[in-house]
Amino acid sequence: MFYVSVFFQYMSQYLKTKLQYRTDLLVEFFSDLMFQAVNLIFILVVFGHTQVLNGWTRDEIIFIYGFFLVPFAVFGAFFNIWDFNERYIVRGEMDRVLTRPVHSLFQIVLERMELESLLGAITGIIIMIYAGSRLDLVFHWYDIFIFILFVLGGTLVYAGIFISLATISFWSDARSSIMPMMYNIGNYGRYPIDIYNRVIRYILTWILPFAFVGVYPSAYFLGKKEWYGYAFLTPIMGLIFFTIAVFLWNAGVKRYRGAGN
Amino acid sequence: MAKYIEMIRIRFLMMLAYRTNYYSGILIYSINIGAYYFLWSAIYGDKPSIQGMSVLQMTTYVAVAWMARAFYFNNIDREIAMEIKEGKVATELIRPYSYLGMKTMQGLGEGIFRLLFLSFPGMVIVSLLFPLELTTDISTWGYFAVSIILSFIINSELNLIAGIITFFTLNNEGLLRAKRFVIDLFSGLILPISFYPDWAQEMMKYFPFQGISYIPSMIFTESFQGQQIIDGLMFQLMWSLILLIPIQLLWRAAKKQLVIQGG
Repeated sequence: MFYVSVFFQYMSQYLKTKLQYRTDLLVEFFSDLMFQAVNLIFILVVFGHTQVLNGWTRDEIIFIYGFFLVPFAVFGAFFNIWDFNERYIVRGEMDRVLTRPVHSLFQIVLERMELESLLGAITGIIIMIYAGSRLDLVFHWYDIFIFILFVLGGTLVYAGIFISLATISFWSDARSSIMPMMYNIGNYGRYPIDIYNRVIRYILTWILPFAFVGVYPSAYFLGKKEWYGYAFLTPIMGLIFFTIAVFLWNAGVKRYRGAGN
Repeated sequence: MAKYIEMIRIRFLMMLAYRTNYYSGILIYSINIGAYYFLWSAIYGDKPSIQGMSVLQMTTYVAVAWMARAFYFNNIDREIAMEIKEGKVATELIRPYSYLGMKTMQGLGEGIFRLLFLSFPGMVIVSLLFPLELTTDISTWGYFAVSIILSFIINSELNLIAGIITFFTLNNEGLLRAKRFVIDLFSGLILPISFYPDWAQEMMKYFPFQGISYIPSMIFTESFQGQQIIDGLMFQLMWSLILLIPIQLLWRAAKKQLVIQGG
Protein backbone atom coordinates (compact mmCIF):
# COMPACT_ATOMS: atom_id res chain seq x y z
CA MET A 1 0.00 0.00 0.00
CA PHE A 2 2.85 2.31 0.89
CA TYR A 3 4.39 1.62 -2.51
CA VAL A 4 1.19 2.58 -4.29
CA SER A 5 0.87 5.89 -2.46
CA VAL A 6 4.54 6.75 -3.05
CA PHE A 7 4.04 5.91 -6.69
CA PHE A 8 1.13 8.28 -7.09
CA GLN A 9 2.89 11.03 -5.18
CA TYR A 10 5.89 10.82 -7.48
CA MET A 11 3.53 10.76 -10.43
CA SER A 12 1.71 13.94 -9.43
CA GLN A 13 5.01 15.64 -8.68
CA TYR A 14 6.24 14.63 -12.09
CA LEU A 15 3.16 16.00 -13.82
CA LYS A 16 3.55 19.31 -12.01
CA THR A 17 7.14 19.77 -13.15
CA LYS A 18 6.34 18.75 -16.72
CA LEU A 19 3.33 21.02 -17.04
CA GLN A 20 5.54 23.92 -16.03
CA TYR A 21 7.30 23.69 -19.42
CA ARG A 22 4.45 23.09 -21.78
CA THR A 23 6.21 23.92 -25.03
CA ASP A 24 8.96 21.42 -24.27
CA LEU A 25 6.29 18.83 -23.63
CA LEU A 26 4.61 19.57 -26.95
CA VAL A 27 7.92 19.32 -28.77
CA GLU A 28 8.51 15.94 -27.17
CA PHE A 29 5.06 14.72 -28.19
CA PHE A 30 5.66 15.78 -31.75
CA SER A 31 9.08 14.26 -32.07
CA ASP A 32 7.79 10.98 -30.66
CA LEU A 33 5.02 11.01 -33.23
CA MET A 34 7.50 11.69 -36.01
CA PHE A 35 9.71 8.88 -34.84
CA GLN A 36 6.78 6.49 -34.98
CA ALA A 37 5.75 7.85 -38.37
CA VAL A 38 9.13 7.01 -39.93
CA ASN A 39 8.58 3.30 -39.36
CA LEU A 40 5.00 3.47 -40.52
CA ILE A 41 5.94 5.28 -43.71
CA PHE A 42 8.61 2.66 -44.32
CA ILE A 43 5.99 -0.09 -44.16
CA LEU A 44 3.53 1.83 -46.35
CA VAL A 45 6.10 2.61 -49.03
CA VAL A 46 7.45 -0.93 -49.12
CA PHE A 47 3.99 -2.38 -49.56
CA GLY A 48 3.54 -0.15 -52.57
CA HIS A 49 5.81 -2.71 -54.28
CA THR A 50 4.77 -6.03 -52.84
CA GLN A 51 1.53 -7.65 -51.70
CA VAL A 52 2.68 -10.08 -49.06
CA LEU A 53 5.75 -10.47 -46.91
CA ASN A 54 6.27 -14.18 -46.22
CA GLY A 55 2.52 -14.68 -46.08
CA TRP A 56 1.83 -11.59 -43.96
CA THR A 57 -0.21 -8.83 -45.52
CA ARG A 58 0.40 -5.10 -45.28
CA ASP A 59 -2.28 -4.54 -42.67
CA GLU A 60 -1.04 -7.41 -40.54
CA ILE A 61 2.45 -5.92 -40.48
CA ILE A 62 0.99 -2.53 -39.57
CA PHE A 63 -1.02 -4.18 -36.81
CA ILE A 64 2.12 -5.80 -35.38
CA TYR A 65 3.86 -2.43 -35.42
CA GLY A 66 0.90 -0.84 -33.65
CA PHE A 67 0.91 -3.52 -30.98
CA PHE A 68 4.66 -3.24 -30.51
CA LEU A 69 4.31 0.47 -29.75
CA VAL A 70 2.07 -0.17 -26.72
CA PRO A 71 4.39 -2.28 -24.50
CA PHE A 72 7.33 -0.26 -25.79
CA ALA A 73 5.63 2.94 -24.61
CA VAL A 74 4.87 1.50 -21.17
CA PHE A 75 8.47 0.32 -20.92
CA GLY A 76 9.73 3.75 -21.98
CA ALA A 77 7.55 5.47 -19.41
CA PHE A 78 8.72 3.49 -16.40
CA PHE A 79 12.02 1.80 -17.11
CA ASN A 80 14.44 4.49 -18.17
CA ILE A 81 17.35 2.49 -17.02
CA TRP A 82 19.58 2.71 -20.08
CA ASP A 83 21.86 5.31 -18.48
CA PHE A 84 21.92 3.62 -15.07
CA ASN A 85 25.68 3.24 -15.13
CA GLU A 86 26.54 6.91 -15.72
CA ARG A 87 23.69 8.30 -13.68
CA TYR A 88 23.79 6.13 -10.59
CA ILE A 89 27.02 4.17 -10.37
CA VAL A 90 29.63 6.58 -11.71
CA ARG A 91 28.17 9.60 -9.89
CA GLY A 92 27.62 7.64 -6.71
CA GLU A 93 23.89 8.40 -6.74
CA MET A 94 23.21 4.78 -5.91
CA ASP A 95 24.25 5.49 -2.30
CA ARG A 96 21.35 7.90 -1.95
CA VAL A 97 18.91 5.49 -3.56
CA LEU A 98 19.85 2.79 -1.08
CA THR A 99 18.93 5.01 1.87
CA ARG A 100 15.34 5.35 0.64
CA PRO A 101 12.59 3.32 2.30
CA VAL A 102 11.46 1.54 -0.88
CA HIS A 103 13.21 -1.15 -2.89
CA SER A 104 16.15 0.39 -4.78
CA LEU A 105 14.87 -0.69 -8.19
CA PHE A 106 11.44 0.77 -7.46
CA GLN A 107 13.03 4.02 -6.31
CA ILE A 108 14.86 4.31 -9.64
CA VAL A 109 11.68 3.58 -11.55
CA LEU A 110 10.03 6.44 -9.64
CA GLU A 111 12.85 8.87 -10.21
CA ARG A 112 13.26 8.16 -13.89
CA MET A 113 9.59 8.11 -14.83
CA GLU A 114 8.80 9.65 -18.22
CA LEU A 115 5.06 9.59 -18.47
CA GLU A 116 4.91 11.44 -21.78
CA SER A 117 6.14 8.24 -23.47
CA LEU A 118 2.70 6.78 -22.79
CA LEU A 119 1.42 8.83 -25.70
CA GLY A 120 3.12 6.24 -27.89
CA ALA A 121 0.63 3.69 -26.57
CA ILE A 122 -2.25 5.79 -27.86
CA THR A 123 -0.59 6.06 -31.27
CA GLY A 124 -0.11 2.30 -31.17
CA ILE A 125 -3.75 1.65 -30.37
CA ILE A 126 -4.90 4.00 -33.14
CA ILE A 127 -2.65 2.17 -35.59
CA MET A 128 -4.05 -1.18 -34.38
CA ILE A 129 -7.63 0.02 -34.78
CA TYR A 130 -6.87 1.29 -38.28
CA ALA A 131 -5.21 -1.96 -39.35
CA GLY A 132 -7.71 -4.10 -37.45
CA SER A 133 -10.72 -2.49 -39.10
CA ARG A 134 -9.26 -3.12 -42.55
CA LEU A 135 -8.62 -6.75 -41.63
CA ASP A 136 -12.15 -7.33 -40.30
CA LEU A 137 -10.80 -8.82 -37.11
CA VAL A 138 -13.35 -10.25 -34.70
CA PHE A 139 -13.03 -9.00 -31.15
CA HIS A 140 -14.45 -10.80 -28.14
CA TRP A 141 -15.18 -9.14 -24.84
CA TYR A 142 -12.34 -11.02 -23.16
CA ASP A 143 -9.80 -9.87 -25.76
CA ILE A 144 -9.37 -6.62 -23.91
CA PHE A 145 -8.08 -8.51 -20.88
CA ILE A 146 -5.82 -10.65 -23.02
CA PHE A 147 -4.54 -7.45 -24.62
CA ILE A 148 -3.67 -5.97 -21.23
CA LEU A 149 -2.04 -9.23 -20.19
CA PHE A 150 0.07 -9.38 -23.35
CA VAL A 151 1.06 -5.73 -23.08
CA LEU A 152 2.21 -6.34 -19.51
CA GLY A 153 4.07 -9.43 -20.66
CA GLY A 154 5.82 -7.52 -23.42
CA THR A 155 6.70 -4.68 -21.08
CA LEU A 156 8.19 -7.12 -18.57
CA VAL A 157 10.25 -8.79 -21.29
CA TYR A 158 11.72 -5.43 -22.24
CA ALA A 159 12.16 -4.39 -18.61
CA GLY A 160 13.74 -7.73 -17.72
CA ILE A 161 16.32 -7.52 -20.48
CA PHE A 162 17.26 -3.92 -19.79
CA ILE A 163 17.39 -4.28 -16.02
CA SER A 164 19.57 -7.38 -16.36
CA LEU A 165 21.94 -5.42 -18.57
CA ALA A 166 21.96 -2.51 -16.15
CA THR A 167 23.06 -4.80 -13.34
CA ILE A 168 26.31 -5.42 -15.21
CA SER A 169 27.34 -2.01 -13.82
CA PHE A 170 27.43 -3.49 -10.32
CA TRP A 171 30.21 -5.80 -11.39
CA SER A 172 32.02 -3.59 -13.84
CA ASP A 173 31.70 0.16 -14.04
CA ALA A 174 33.33 0.45 -17.44
CA ARG A 175 31.23 2.37 -19.94
CA SER A 176 29.61 0.10 -22.43
CA SER A 177 27.41 0.66 -25.43
CA ILE A 178 25.44 -2.49 -24.92
CA MET A 179 22.24 -0.55 -24.21
CA PRO A 180 21.90 1.26 -27.55
CA MET A 181 22.78 -2.03 -29.20
CA MET A 182 19.91 -3.69 -27.41
CA TYR A 183 17.47 -1.00 -28.55
CA ASN A 184 18.48 -1.80 -32.11
CA ILE A 185 18.04 -5.53 -31.59
CA GLY A 186 14.61 -4.79 -30.13
CA ASN A 187 13.53 -3.52 -33.53
CA TYR A 188 13.77 -7.05 -34.90
CA GLY A 189 10.67 -7.95 -32.89
CA ARG A 190 8.54 -5.57 -34.92
CA TYR A 191 8.49 -7.78 -37.98
CA PRO A 192 7.22 -11.33 -38.55
CA ILE A 193 9.64 -13.73 -36.96
CA ASP A 194 9.62 -16.14 -39.90
CA ILE A 195 11.53 -13.76 -42.17
CA TYR A 196 14.69 -14.33 -40.15
CA ASN A 197 16.96 -17.34 -40.30
CA ARG A 198 16.79 -20.08 -37.66
CA VAL A 199 19.54 -18.82 -35.38
CA ILE A 200 18.10 -15.31 -35.13
CA ARG A 201 14.60 -16.73 -34.66
CA TYR A 202 15.84 -18.84 -31.77
CA ILE A 203 17.63 -15.88 -30.17
CA LEU A 204 14.57 -13.65 -30.50
CA THR A 205 12.38 -16.28 -28.92
CA TRP A 206 14.42 -17.67 -26.05
CA ILE A 207 17.52 -15.59 -25.36
CA LEU A 208 16.58 -11.99 -26.09
CA PRO A 209 12.85 -12.63 -26.46
CA PHE A 210 11.92 -9.45 -28.30
CA ALA A 211 9.56 -11.42 -30.48
CA PHE A 212 7.24 -11.55 -27.45
CA VAL A 213 6.86 -7.80 -27.62
CA GLY A 214 5.57 -7.66 -31.18
CA VAL A 215 4.94 -10.61 -33.43
CA TYR A 216 3.90 -13.39 -31.05
CA PRO A 217 1.21 -11.56 -29.07
CA SER A 218 -0.09 -9.85 -32.22
CA ALA A 219 -0.48 -13.24 -33.87
CA TYR A 220 -3.22 -14.02 -31.38
CA PHE A 221 -5.26 -10.97 -32.32
CA LEU A 222 -4.63 -11.61 -36.00
CA GLY A 223 -6.09 -15.08 -35.58
CA LYS A 224 -2.92 -16.87 -36.69
CA LYS A 225 -3.62 -20.16 -34.97
CA GLU A 226 -0.19 -21.67 -35.62
CA TRP A 227 1.39 -19.05 -33.33
CA TYR A 228 -1.14 -19.26 -30.47
CA GLY A 229 1.20 -21.34 -28.33
CA TYR A 230 3.86 -18.66 -28.47
CA ALA A 231 1.31 -15.89 -28.03
CA PHE A 232 0.11 -17.28 -24.73
CA LEU A 233 3.69 -17.69 -23.54
CA THR A 234 4.03 -13.89 -23.61
CA PRO A 235 3.04 -13.16 -19.99
CA ILE A 236 5.01 -16.18 -18.76
CA MET A 237 8.16 -15.11 -20.59
CA GLY A 238 7.66 -11.62 -19.19
CA LEU A 239 7.43 -12.94 -15.65
CA ILE A 240 10.43 -15.22 -16.05
CA PHE A 241 12.67 -12.54 -17.49
CA PHE A 242 11.57 -9.94 -14.99
CA THR A 243 12.13 -12.31 -12.07
CA ILE A 244 15.63 -13.12 -13.31
CA ALA A 245 16.30 -9.39 -13.61
CA VAL A 246 15.13 -8.64 -10.05
CA PHE A 247 17.19 -11.54 -8.77
CA LEU A 248 20.31 -10.24 -10.57
CA TRP A 249 19.56 -6.76 -9.29
CA ASN A 250 19.40 -7.88 -5.67
CA ALA A 251 22.60 -9.83 -6.06
CA GLY A 252 24.21 -6.76 -7.61
CA VAL A 253 23.06 -4.42 -4.86
CA LYS A 254 24.64 -6.74 -2.30
CA ARG A 255 27.94 -6.39 -4.10
CA TYR A 256 27.66 -2.62 -4.51
CA ARG A 257 30.40 -0.74 -2.67
CA GLY A 258 29.78 2.83 -3.77
CA ALA A 259 31.86 4.96 -6.07
CA GLY A 260 33.73 6.46 -3.11
CA ASN A 261 35.24 9.91 -3.06
CA MET B 1 44.48 27.02 -43.67
CA ALA B 2 47.03 25.29 -41.44
CA LYS B 3 44.94 26.00 -38.36
CA TYR B 4 41.93 24.29 -39.89
CA ILE B 5 43.95 21.19 -40.68
CA GLU B 6 45.14 21.28 -37.09
CA MET B 7 41.48 21.28 -35.97
CA ILE B 8 40.80 18.17 -38.02
CA ARG B 9 43.87 16.53 -36.50
CA ILE B 10 42.94 17.41 -32.92
CA ARG B 11 39.40 16.13 -33.28
CA PHE B 12 40.74 12.96 -34.90
CA LEU B 13 43.14 12.37 -32.00
CA MET B 14 40.38 13.10 -29.50
CA MET B 15 38.23 10.43 -31.08
CA LEU B 16 41.17 8.05 -31.21
CA ALA B 17 41.46 8.24 -27.43
CA TYR B 18 38.00 6.75 -27.11
CA ARG B 19 38.23 4.29 -29.95
CA THR B 20 36.85 1.32 -28.01
CA ASN B 21 33.44 3.01 -28.19
CA TYR B 22 33.59 2.50 -31.91
CA TYR B 23 34.01 -1.23 -31.89
CA SER B 24 30.51 -1.52 -30.49
CA GLY B 25 29.47 0.99 -33.16
CA ILE B 26 30.45 -1.59 -35.77
CA LEU B 27 28.21 -4.11 -34.04
CA ILE B 28 25.28 -1.69 -33.86
CA TYR B 29 25.58 -0.85 -37.54
CA SER B 30 25.85 -4.55 -38.40
CA ILE B 31 22.71 -5.29 -36.38
CA ASN B 32 20.81 -2.59 -38.23
CA ILE B 33 22.07 -3.72 -41.60
CA GLY B 34 21.13 -7.29 -40.65
CA ALA B 35 17.57 -6.30 -39.78
CA TYR B 36 17.12 -4.59 -43.13
CA TYR B 37 18.82 -7.46 -44.93
CA PHE B 38 16.23 -9.97 -43.72
CA LEU B 39 13.41 -7.54 -44.22
CA TRP B 40 14.39 -6.77 -47.80
CA SER B 41 14.95 -10.44 -48.61
CA ALA B 42 11.39 -11.11 -47.46
CA ILE B 43 10.06 -8.10 -49.35
CA TYR B 44 11.67 -9.30 -52.56
CA GLY B 45 10.45 -12.86 -52.02
CA ASP B 46 11.02 -14.32 -55.47
CA LYS B 47 10.76 -11.09 -57.41
CA PRO B 48 13.96 -10.69 -59.41
CA SER B 49 13.92 -6.90 -59.12
CA ILE B 50 11.94 -3.97 -57.75
CA GLN B 51 12.31 -0.52 -59.28
CA GLY B 52 15.27 -1.81 -61.28
CA MET B 53 17.22 -3.02 -58.26
CA SER B 54 17.98 -6.66 -57.53
CA VAL B 55 17.92 -7.99 -53.98
CA LEU B 56 21.72 -8.15 -54.03
CA GLN B 57 21.93 -4.50 -55.03
CA MET B 58 19.43 -3.66 -52.33
CA THR B 59 21.45 -5.37 -49.59
CA THR B 60 24.57 -3.63 -50.80
CA TYR B 61 22.65 -0.37 -50.87
CA VAL B 62 21.62 -0.76 -47.23
CA ALA B 63 25.13 -1.71 -46.12
CA VAL B 64 26.87 1.09 -47.93
CA ALA B 65 24.25 3.65 -46.90
CA TRP B 66 24.90 2.87 -43.23
CA MET B 67 28.64 2.78 -43.58
CA ALA B 68 28.65 6.08 -45.48
CA ARG B 69 26.50 7.54 -42.74
CA ALA B 70 29.35 6.96 -40.31
CA PHE B 71 31.38 9.37 -42.42
CA TYR B 72 28.95 12.19 -43.15
CA PHE B 73 27.11 12.08 -39.84
CA ASN B 74 28.03 14.62 -37.16
CA ASN B 75 26.49 16.44 -34.28
CA ILE B 76 27.67 19.95 -35.00
CA ASP B 77 24.10 21.25 -34.87
CA ARG B 78 23.77 20.01 -31.31
CA GLU B 79 27.25 21.25 -30.43
CA ILE B 80 26.41 24.75 -31.65
CA ALA B 81 23.10 24.70 -29.78
CA MET B 82 24.93 23.59 -26.64
CA GLU B 83 27.62 26.28 -26.93
CA ILE B 84 24.94 28.92 -27.33
CA LYS B 85 23.04 27.68 -24.31
CA GLU B 86 26.17 27.59 -22.17
CA GLY B 87 27.39 30.96 -23.43
CA LYS B 88 30.67 29.46 -24.70
CA VAL B 89 29.99 30.83 -28.14
CA ALA B 90 31.09 34.30 -26.93
CA THR B 91 34.71 33.23 -26.49
CA GLU B 92 34.58 31.29 -29.74
CA LEU B 93 33.51 34.38 -31.63
CA ILE B 94 36.49 36.50 -30.55
CA ARG B 95 38.99 33.86 -31.64
CA PRO B 96 40.87 34.41 -34.89
CA TYR B 97 39.04 31.87 -37.02
CA SER B 98 35.66 31.39 -38.54
CA TYR B 99 33.40 29.73 -36.00
CA LEU B 100 31.40 27.87 -38.63
CA GLY B 101 34.57 26.82 -40.41
CA MET B 102 35.94 25.43 -37.18
CA LYS B 103 32.76 23.44 -36.51
CA THR B 104 32.85 21.98 -40.00
CA MET B 105 36.50 20.99 -39.60
CA GLN B 106 35.75 19.28 -36.30
CA GLY B 107 32.97 17.40 -38.02
CA LEU B 108 35.38 16.39 -40.75
CA GLY B 109 37.91 15.14 -38.21
CA GLU B 110 35.21 13.02 -36.66
CA GLY B 111 34.08 11.78 -40.06
CA ILE B 112 37.56 10.73 -41.15
CA PHE B 113 38.04 8.93 -37.87
CA ARG B 114 34.82 6.98 -38.24
CA LEU B 115 35.57 6.24 -41.87
CA LEU B 116 38.84 4.55 -40.85
CA PHE B 117 37.75 2.88 -37.63
CA LEU B 118 34.08 2.15 -38.24
CA SER B 119 33.24 2.10 -41.94
CA PHE B 120 36.22 0.15 -43.27
CA PRO B 121 36.33 -2.64 -40.68
CA GLY B 122 32.53 -2.59 -40.56
CA MET B 123 32.24 -3.07 -44.30
CA VAL B 124 34.64 -6.03 -44.15
CA ILE B 125 32.63 -7.69 -41.36
CA VAL B 126 29.29 -7.01 -43.01
CA SER B 127 30.47 -8.39 -46.34
CA LEU B 128 31.46 -11.61 -44.58
CA LEU B 129 28.06 -11.91 -42.92
CA PHE B 130 25.76 -10.99 -45.78
CA PRO B 131 26.00 -11.44 -49.53
CA LEU B 132 27.07 -8.07 -50.91
CA GLU B 133 28.10 -7.00 -54.35
CA LEU B 134 31.20 -4.85 -54.07
CA THR B 135 32.17 -3.47 -57.40
CA THR B 136 35.70 -3.88 -58.72
CA ASP B 137 35.30 -0.99 -61.12
CA ILE B 138 37.79 1.70 -60.08
CA SER B 139 35.78 4.53 -61.63
CA THR B 140 32.71 3.63 -59.55
CA TRP B 141 34.81 3.87 -56.38
CA GLY B 142 36.11 7.22 -57.62
CA TYR B 143 32.62 8.62 -58.24
CA PHE B 144 31.52 7.24 -54.89
CA ALA B 145 34.41 8.98 -53.11
CA VAL B 146 33.49 12.33 -54.69
CA SER B 147 29.87 11.72 -53.86
CA ILE B 148 30.34 11.03 -50.14
CA ILE B 149 32.51 14.12 -49.79
CA LEU B 150 29.61 16.12 -51.22
CA SER B 151 27.26 14.24 -48.84
CA PHE B 152 29.38 15.37 -45.97
CA ILE B 153 29.26 18.97 -47.20
CA ILE B 154 25.47 18.99 -47.68
CA ASN B 155 24.79 17.31 -44.35
CA SER B 156 27.16 19.64 -42.49
CA GLU B 157 25.60 22.67 -44.14
CA LEU B 158 22.14 21.57 -43.05
CA ASN B 159 23.52 21.03 -39.54
CA LEU B 160 25.04 24.50 -39.54
CA ILE B 161 21.73 26.03 -40.58
CA ALA B 162 19.89 24.16 -37.83
CA GLY B 163 22.59 25.17 -35.35
CA ILE B 164 22.53 28.86 -36.31
CA ILE B 165 18.77 28.98 -35.90
CA THR B 166 19.41 28.34 -32.20
CA PHE B 167 20.81 31.88 -32.06
CA PHE B 168 17.26 33.11 -32.66
CA THR B 169 15.19 30.55 -30.79
CA LEU B 170 17.67 29.77 -27.98
CA ASN B 171 16.10 26.37 -27.44
CA ASN B 172 15.43 24.52 -30.62
CA GLU B 173 15.34 20.91 -29.58
CA GLY B 174 12.16 20.58 -31.63
CA LEU B 175 13.77 21.79 -34.82
CA LEU B 176 16.78 19.53 -34.37
CA ARG B 177 14.53 16.50 -33.94
CA ALA B 178 12.37 17.46 -36.90
CA LYS B 179 15.51 17.79 -39.01
CA ARG B 180 16.59 14.32 -37.98
CA PHE B 181 13.20 12.94 -38.95
CA VAL B 182 13.30 14.56 -42.39
CA ILE B 183 16.84 13.36 -43.02
CA ASP B 184 16.10 9.80 -41.87
CA LEU B 185 13.18 9.60 -44.22
CA PHE B 186 14.18 11.62 -47.26
CA SER B 187 17.94 11.16 -47.45
CA GLY B 188 17.48 7.62 -48.71
CA LEU B 189 19.07 5.92 -45.69
CA ILE B 190 16.17 3.61 -44.88
CA LEU B 191 14.53 3.56 -48.31
CA PRO B 192 15.85 4.37 -51.77
CA ILE B 193 14.08 7.44 -53.11
CA SER B 194 13.05 5.48 -56.22
CA PHE B 195 10.72 3.39 -54.02
CA TYR B 196 8.56 6.35 -53.04
CA PRO B 197 5.38 7.10 -54.97
CA ASP B 198 5.89 9.34 -57.99
CA TRP B 199 4.44 12.49 -56.46
CA ALA B 200 6.80 12.19 -53.49
CA GLN B 201 9.79 11.62 -55.77
CA GLU B 202 8.82 14.65 -57.81
CA MET B 203 8.62 16.75 -54.64
CA MET B 204 11.97 15.57 -53.32
CA LYS B 205 13.72 16.83 -56.43
CA TYR B 206 13.36 20.29 -54.98
CA PHE B 207 15.09 19.45 -51.70
CA PRO B 208 18.74 18.67 -50.97
CA PHE B 209 18.09 15.58 -48.84
CA GLN B 210 18.66 12.86 -51.41
CA GLY B 211 22.14 14.25 -51.91
CA ILE B 212 23.04 12.93 -48.47
CA SER B 213 22.55 9.20 -48.78
CA TYR B 214 20.60 8.19 -51.86
CA ILE B 215 22.97 9.44 -54.55
CA PRO B 216 26.23 7.98 -53.17
CA SER B 217 24.57 4.64 -52.42
CA MET B 218 23.03 4.42 -55.88
CA ILE B 219 26.42 5.16 -57.40
CA PHE B 220 28.11 2.51 -55.28
CA THR B 221 25.60 -0.21 -56.15
CA GLU B 222 25.89 0.74 -59.84
CA SER B 223 22.15 1.36 -59.97
CA PHE B 224 23.08 4.70 -61.50
CA GLN B 225 24.77 4.41 -64.85
CA GLY B 226 26.49 6.91 -67.14
CA GLN B 227 24.61 10.17 -67.32
CA GLN B 228 22.70 9.42 -64.11
CA ILE B 229 25.97 9.48 -62.14
CA ILE B 230 26.91 12.86 -63.58
CA ASP B 231 23.40 14.21 -62.91
CA GLY B 232 23.55 12.94 -59.34
CA LEU B 233 26.93 14.52 -58.68
CA MET B 234 25.76 17.78 -60.26
CA PHE B 235 22.68 17.73 -58.04
CA GLN B 236 24.91 17.36 -54.98
CA LEU B 237 27.35 20.03 -56.13
CA MET B 238 24.54 22.45 -56.87
CA TRP B 239 22.99 22.02 -53.44
CA SER B 240 26.28 22.27 -51.61
CA LEU B 241 26.72 25.69 -53.25
CA ILE B 242 23.10 26.86 -52.85
CA LEU B 243 23.09 26.08 -49.13
CA LEU B 244 25.98 28.48 -48.57
CA ILE B 245 23.61 31.40 -49.19
CA PRO B 246 21.19 30.82 -46.28
CA ILE B 247 24.16 30.04 -44.04
CA GLN B 248 25.77 33.41 -44.80
CA LEU B 249 22.51 35.32 -44.41
CA LEU B 250 21.55 33.60 -41.18
CA TRP B 251 25.03 33.93 -39.76
CA ARG B 252 25.12 37.68 -40.36
CA ALA B 253 21.73 38.15 -38.78
CA ALA B 254 22.67 35.82 -35.91
CA LYS B 255 25.77 37.78 -34.91
CA LYS B 256 23.70 40.97 -34.66
CA GLN B 257 21.04 39.23 -32.68
CA LEU B 258 23.34 37.33 -30.32
CA VAL B 259 22.55 37.50 -26.62
CA ILE B 260 24.90 35.69 -24.29
CA GLN B 261 23.03 34.11 -21.44
CA GLY B 262 25.80 33.82 -18.91
CA GLY B 263 29.11 32.13 -19.67
